[in-house]
Amino acid sequence: MLKKQAYVAGGSPEAYDEMLQADGTPRPQYAELTRWLEGQTRDGFRHKQQEADAIFRRSGITFAVYGDAAASERLIPFDLIPRILAASEWRFLQRGIEQRVRALNTFLYDIYHRQEIVRAGRIPAEMVTGNSAFLPEMMGFDPPRNVYAHIIGTDIVRTGAGGFFVLEDNLRTPSGVSYMLENREAMMRLFPELFAAHRVAQIEQYPELLRQTLESVAPAQCDGDPTIAVLTPGMFNSAYFEHAFLADQMGVELVMGSDLIVEDGALFMRTIRGREQVHVLYRRIDDDFIDPLNFRADSLLGVPGLFDLYRAGKVTLVNAPGTGIADDKAIYAYVPEIVEFYTGEKPILNNVPTFRCAVDDECTHVLDNLQDLVVKEVHGSGGYGMLIGPHASKMQRREFASRIQANPSNYIAQPTLSLSTCPSFESNGIGPRHVDLRPFVLVGDQIRITPGGLTRVALKKGSLVVNSSQGGGTKDTWVLED
Amino acid sequence: MLGRTAASLFWMSRYMERAENIARLTEVGYRSALTPNSGGGHREDWRSILVAAGCLDAFEAKKRPATPEAIRAFLLLDRDHPSSVRSCVEIARNNARSVRTALTSEMWEALNSTWNELADLQPERIGPARLPEFLDWVRQRSAMFRGATIGTLLRTEGFHFSQIGAFLERADNTARILKMKYAVLLPGTGSSDRNAYQWETILRSVSAHRSYRHFFQEAYRPNNIAEFLILRQEMPRSLRYCTDQVQASLASLVELTERGQMGLALAGARYGKLAQVQIDALLRDGLGAFLDQFIIDTAEMAEAVADEFHFV
Repeated sequence: MLKKQAYVAGGSPEAYDEMLQADGTPRPQYAELTRWLEGQTRDGFRHKQQEADAIFRRSGITFAVYGDAAASERLIPFDLIPRILAASEWRFLQRGIEQRVRALNTFLYDIYHRQEIVRAGRIPAEMVTGNSAFLPEMMGFDPPRNVYAHIIGTDIVRTGAGGFFVLEDNLRTPSGVSYMLENREAMMRLFPELFAAHRVAQIEQYPELLRQTLESVAPAQCDGDPTIAVLTPGMFNSAYFEHAFLADQMGVELVMGSDLIVEDGALFMRTIRGREQVHVLYRRIDDDFIDPLNFRADSLLGVPGLFDLYRAGKVTLVNAPGTGIADDKAIYAYVPEIVEFYTGEKPILNNVPTFRCAVDDECTHVLDNLQDLVVKEVHGSGGYGMLIGPHASKMQRREFASRIQANPSNYIAQPTLSLSTCPSFESNGIGPRHVDLRPFVLVGDQIRITPGGLTRVALKKGSLVVNSSQGGGTKDTWVLED
Repeated sequence: MLGRTAASLFWMSRYMERAENIARLTEVGYRSALTPNSGGGHREDWRSILVAAGCLDAFEAKKRPATPEAIRAFLLLDRDHPSSVRSCVEIARNNARSVRTALTSEMWEALNSTWNELADLQPERIGPARLPEFLDWVRQRSAMFRGATIGTLLRTEGFHFSQIGAFLERADNTARILKMKYAVLLPGTGSSDRNAYQWETILRSVSAHRSYRHFFQEAYRPNNIAEFLILRQEMPRSLRYCTDQVQASLASLVELTERGQMGLALAGARYGKLAQVQIDALLRDGLGAFLDQFIIDTAEMAEAVADEFHFV
């Protein structure tokens, strides 16, 4: 039996536990689950774990770990215990995320047009135009519906007394939504009784909503039903499974650069019946690679002339090129200002306090307090190129300090956050593990946020790194309906 | 459907079929080495197997002594040789992976678990004693994949491209086996022990030594063998049967897409000929030349299909 008292809340005294309150009683949204957990046995769980692995392996849901040739296809560990959000918590998150993505899209429109926010002195000009993620080629162009970031995965953490903070905005090509969907499928097969006992908000409409969102931003010049395609760099990309999955779920073609051709002022894919026009391209490759004529000339992943077509309004690229400027970690520090500037409201969701090494005072503070801080590269992602001060050796900190000094504007730092914990299955039963949350947002004719999202969990006891490339796993995430 | 998707389905099935055929050929070589009285002949047998597998040049380029072990390793495991069983499985699986959404989960599972198990098997460590077991395994996995395809894939374009790939490969394989041994099938070939052994080898390499007996109810005769492998519609590896399957799939594609008429015309002309000709006439007019032409035509048919359906 998995006894309730076997689970001690929190990985550390200051971490907020998602399931248990300070007095050890379950929060209301976890009441039913707690009862259910008490009835489970360790062997039963182990058996279910194997069943889950078999489900994922069969579906081919794998990810590639760069630099790890031997294990080039691995399963992301899946934790059986769901993470639950109460309806009221979700409503709050939803309002906060919607406000933020609205403001960020307006910010993108502004900096690629009149740059009012710079004129108003709210953001230094060099932070924008001097930023390598800024794309001057986008100046003056109006994307359909003025939307730049259509598909967003906002990373949210919960710390301290339970406040939510945005850690990253992920406005380029966020991944993980296929895991959200597959996790739910697996859970419904493994534990149907849990779904009978809870009112869990549905998420399986996501592919349909994604399709509607993509259709809604078709070029104005497309008068019939728009044809959509998903552009992948190919099967050796770490997120290839997801690209194939989404194309399949939407019932559209999954294409590579070599399947596409720009001809007669339009984009076509090469099919067995000849060429077929594509109106909306959900591209899962970075800006640099989409068009060798306009960006990296050595790129074989993209399509020559694609960007010119885009600018001519013949095809819509999703997300728009140049969105990276708004999720740059140096701009991140300004997002609260951005929200206020464009919405006239206080931000509902706050940033994690962030020190910009580009600013002298802040850099000194960072260098003096490396042992307490997490330092990240401004353009890094996936948990690569970062220093977790408290877990690093003296040597590693010294080495990192010299890197910061060599190029301060390449780094930001944040306090080590004590992420909230959630019960997770471990060899001894159930233990607290740190989690974050990535809800998935769609922006087209309207803003649609799928209830829940992907919960990533640091499966190693005490670890704060949830990235799948660094040993993290995932959980099904439930939003309970009232 | 993308041209690339069609191409991947075609090659996926073609390479799985090839893996099976290579396994079967390897088994023939293995058996002949166990057979007494084949004298120094079995060295020649291995050589002719490389010819039948279409890779004698590739093997010789390796400049390795042609021992049975070296040839076996080349045929089964060589990662640099694109038609080794291991490479075939790898290429088939890569093709499948690049068009995952065009496959059913059963097909993917059959291929993917084959690939996974092959990696786990460490076939290098399988000695001659366990070789037959390994070869059986390859054939079983190929059968499983074929079964998944036939049993679960929608009869739309994708199915037909997969079928065309498999049956062009099979036709090519049967033709090459016949080519390597056609001399012993010519009229006037006596029925010495040596020849009887060669005939058995031909039939074994297409797993037809038992069905021959059921079908003809008599001892091996070269005319029968040639007829069985070339002209009999009942024999699922015969040139005629394979051509019939290719033709049927091309006809479906023409109906579905209004393309592919060129390939269909080629297949139709070939089928018409195979359905009409008598084996005696074929042998009299020159079996070697017929087989050479058949192999060239097969390649031409594959090119026509690739061309008409925009494979590149």
